[in-house]
Amino acid sequence: MSEMNPNQETAPASPERRRFVGGAAAAAAGLAIAPGVMLIEVAYGRPEDQAASSAVRWGMLVDTTKCASGCNECVSACSTENGWTPVAESKHPKQAPQWIRKLELQDPLTQMQTSLPMMCQHCAEPPCVDVCPTGASFKRADGIVLVNRHTCIGCRYCMMACPYKARSLVHEPLNDTQKPDVPRGIGCVESCTFCVQKVDRGDGTTACVEACTAAGHNALLFGDMNDPGSEISKRLRELPTKQVRADLNLNLGIRYHGI
Amino acid sequence: MAGFLQRAARAAFLAVALIWAGLIPAQADAPKPVIQKATKGEQCVEDTAYMRKNHMKVLNHHRDETVLEGIRTKKHSLKECINCHASETTGSVAKSKDDFCVSCHSYAAVKIDCFDCHSTKPQGSMAMHPLDAATAHYKHKLAAGAKQPVSVEEMAKVAQ
Repeated sequence: MSEMNPNQETAPASPERRRFVGGAAAAAAGLAIAPGVMLIEVAYGRPEDQAASSAVRWGMLVDTTKCASGCNECVSACSTENGWTPVAESKHPKQAPQWIRKLELQDPLTQMQTSLPMMCQHCAEPPCVDVCPTGASFKRADGIVLVNRHTCIGCRYCMMACPYKARSLVHEPLNDTQKPDVPRGIGCVESCTFCVQKVDRGDGTTACVEACTAAGHNALLFGDMNDPGSEISKRLRELPTKQVRADLNLNLGIRYHGI
Repeated sequence: MAGFLQRAARAAFLAVALIWAGLIPAQADAPKPVIQKATKGEQCVEDTAYMRKNHMKVLNHHRDETVLEGIRTKKHSLKECINCHASETTGSVAKSKDDFCVSCHSYAAVKIDCFDCHSTKPQGSMAMHPLDAATAHYKHKLAAGAKQPVSVEEMAKVAQ
């Protein structure tokens, strides 16, 4: 534990916390050593007849120090991949579905500016799932939070529960403009799916990450947070990261560096 | 004799009433659904008779596995149904009244919700793009060149 996270030793920790952290580390190490090979197989080459596994937890690291102000590549890539109309082109921009959006923040004291993408944070304890009256809002075994449109009644309770304003309701009929891989429709709530169709195909990445990398910013990194050998786990060990509204204890799948 | 006339009059009245109420079609035959032949493969993933009766059960089962668990096998997938059965003229299974899904469903007066959310067209429209690896299976369709709708009898022959 001390090699993995030197900060832990310097920080004053209560004996209880120390014991808990030690136990958690031991559990993680056990997972890593025993079925180590399996973990990677599950993550990247899952056969199509195999269900998503809880051995994997998909997550994303957003490095806001690399995220370019004014750049919208991730948003337009998401819109193209998933078939939602960009908000600027929508007839009703105020109610247009938006799976990912760029935020420009400024510290009022220091004037420091930060640019970051905001989308579904794929919580381990998602409030949207807690409040859904029909069970349509659910978390898949591999940590991806989704809406089952077959049971969604469009009540929008999840939209109110979400602390990140990540979800949208489709107000307008889509008239067969959907992508074959991404069904979406009027009267259903939707949000970022971590490009679940790409993940299931074994791409191991999402449209926004691909676009950010292609644009040369490398601000986004997607991967399996449960696999200690994955690129995202390595980076998360090295970089100080934060969860947005960490006070809510939702254990987010998206971690931000530089906020 | 009077009884017979009375009975005949009653029967005639009943027939007229039923026609008026739309219960018996005035024309003997309602237009039969046009079943277009899928030319991508020779045989559906299940027996044709079984699919005619049970396709909705098969689709619902696969739907739950795919959405909830991420199992995306091709057999029984709606996307694969569409890939095979999309009409050559409209490129869709539900755009015009003779397209594969709509044709039977309007005959049976059963509303389908699938296409409120699901695309009715296969991935990469064959009309707009040249054949590539993803659309190569359409070459069977194009080669077959069957522009005419296939009748029920012909469909039955193919099924055998």
